[in-house]
Amino acid sequence: MTPARELPRGARLFAGFARHIRRFGFPVAGEQAIAFMQGVTLLGPRSMEDIRQAALATLGPPHDRIAEFDALFRSFFYGETTVTVDAEGDEDTEVKDDGGVEREGEQPELSREESGESASALEQLGRRGFRDDGEALHAFRRALPSALPQRRSFRPVRAKSRGSLDLRRALRAIVRADGDVPAPPFRRRPTVSRRLLILIDISGSMKLHTGDYLKLAHSAVQAADRVEVFTLGTRLTRITRALRIRDLDASLERTAALVDDWDGGTRIGPTLSAFLSVPRFAAFARGAAIVLLSDGLERGDHAEMETAIRRLHARAFRLSLATPLAGDPRFSPRTAALKAILPHLDDLVDGSSLPGLAGFMLTLARPSPSAETVWRRTP
Amino acid sequence: MTPAAVHPTTSPESLAEGLAAIRYLADDGLATAIFLAIRLGKPLLLEGAPGVGKTEAAKAIAKLLSRDLVRLQCYEGIDAAHALYEWNYQRQLLAIRQAGEREVDIYDDRFLIARPLLQVLQDPERRMLLVDEIDRSDHEFEALLLEFLSDFQVTIPERGTIHSRSQPLVVLTSNRTRELAEALRRRCVYHWIAYPDAAREAAIIMLRAGDVAEATARAVAKAVGEIRQKPLAKPPGIAEAVEWANAATVLEKGGSPWPEAFRRALGVLIKDEEDTSFLNPDLDAILERSMA
Repeated sequence: MTPARELPRGARLFAGFARHIRRFGFPVAGEQAIAFMQGVTLLGPRSMEDIRQAALATLGPPHDRIAEFDALFRSFFYGETTVTVDAEGDEDTEVKDDGGVEREGEQPELSREESGESASALEQLGRRGFRDDGEALHAFRRALPSALPQRRSFRPVRAKSRGSLDLRRALRAIVRADGDVPAPPFRRRPTVSRRLLILIDISGSMKLHTGDYLKLAHSAVQAADRVEVFTLGTRLTRITRALRIRDLDASLERTAALVDDWDGGTRIGPTLSAFLSVPRFAAFARGAAIVLLSDGLERGDHAEMETAIRRLHARAFRLSLATPLAGDPRFSPRTAALKAILPHLDDLVDGSSLPGLAGFMLTLARPSPSAETVWRRTP
Repeated sequence: MTPAAVHPTTSPESLAEGLAAIRYLADDGLATAIFLAIRLGKPLLLEGAPGVGKTEAAKAIAKLLSRDLVRLQCYEGIDAAHALYEWNYQRQLLAIRQAGEREVDIYDDRFLIARPLLQVLQDPERRMLLVDEIDRSDHEFEALLLEFLSDFQVTIPERGTIHSRSQPLVVLTSNRTRELAEALRRRCVYHWIAYPDAAREAAIIMLRAGDVAEATARAVAKAVGEIRQKPLAKPPGIAEAVEWANAATVLEKGGSPWPEAFRRALGVLIKDEEDTSFLNPDLDAILERSMA
């Protein structure tokens, strides 16, 4: 391999770039920075394009942050000051993924220092009725891991008794014991929890409930490992990472910063389609218990929403819609959109109170009649 | 390395040329990534949507460097016995029976079944490892792989540690159904393979399909590019586009007029009923635009 030449000034520039993008949340390890400099050396470099290619290959920015990476590259090497990372065009639903940096551990401390000073609007929203909710959430957090629906794992584990005979280990034992099997070893497939996917509608019409829902989602993420949370508004945003921060206030603050479309319009259909068209996200839905927290008030045509819900249902283990409107005793699924999606729902429940919703989520593993049967019965 | 194997790796351009000669068209980014992976001696991590030619790229690299490709297909539940090595217990038992009173070394080479990772270690100069769809495996396996990729050694308790004489070439592919560990990404040279633009895709179709007219290839590339913009459950990959061009050509020779042939061959491009019915209203317009 070619050793890096002694180019103090040039090398400093590239190391500086690695440090620069690290400041913007790209995880760059030391060895990656070294590989970057080696790569640049290997390629010549004959042009700026070579440097860019080397940076892309060795620093490996996540694909969904390429535009941001390019902007940083230009601003660093060309001195362009306008770093605009905004996607243009509102036609396509924008997908935002919070993947990339793990900042757990560091984040809560940071915000604990300043939490007395500034409380975001979101936090204040969430403060109402804190005591009751706190208890409900605490109970929810304790009960959730054992209440999630289960499936059999694909991977067998060793077992002392029960299950099928583990031929591989048995033969091994025979070899070791010279033709004798002291005790037959077994293997069996244990049960594991299914994934829980929470989709939160954060449009203007849901304003009153968003804070509660986020708190509930935070508890769920804290309680179980296989939980994914997205917000749906005019855009789709994955907020699971932000909710992994243990401290509730810090976590909500980070979520608030991550989501750009608070209290906007509702585009459930297009956002869900966007969710399904990202294979990585769609895989979260497969075999999962999906809880959609939305009022189902779709602006405009509901055909796309119906298609999306149908597709989601086809993937899911159980698809539940919790709507705050159902808190009203006179509620019945009468709107065209709700009527259209009702056959694809496993549950249509009241989402107006946090304890009620938490209670419902603890019953996801138990069988229940489909939403259609339940709501047909009501006059 | 033999001189013949050194030649294509002198620059990304010569590498791209070499790959084109064996019918794989790599763009600048991919050629650079492959070049850097080979020269820096790091594993190459290829990510991309299903059907953009990640596995195909690995096969082409192996062919270009005239190495045997050892493929490890990942799945949920894959473990060390499938990836590293396993003892042939049945043969060990038989050997013990046959030996009777004599002593027999049951941890001899002939009882060892080398799985892909070990196979590559045994002959790193002539073999290349492809770890396919790593995102399907579990986190535990990822950790195992991490260990393998950092030291290139395998420890067999009964035999000791087997080191590699030199660093083997490793290609990993992922569909990104889940995020890979940061530690694994960090060790690799990374490239995201995007869908090719229309001109490149047309070239790929010409190269890969049997006898497809150039106009057909261009129309297919254009139409497929437009179809991929739609929110489909399964956007068509490059292989599907090639198949579609082939199928439409066959149908056309059988007497279907042009747009009709494309329409009838749609089954090889879109393999999801929902997607088909979703596309149907727009399909005529798409075909018309792409054939213009």
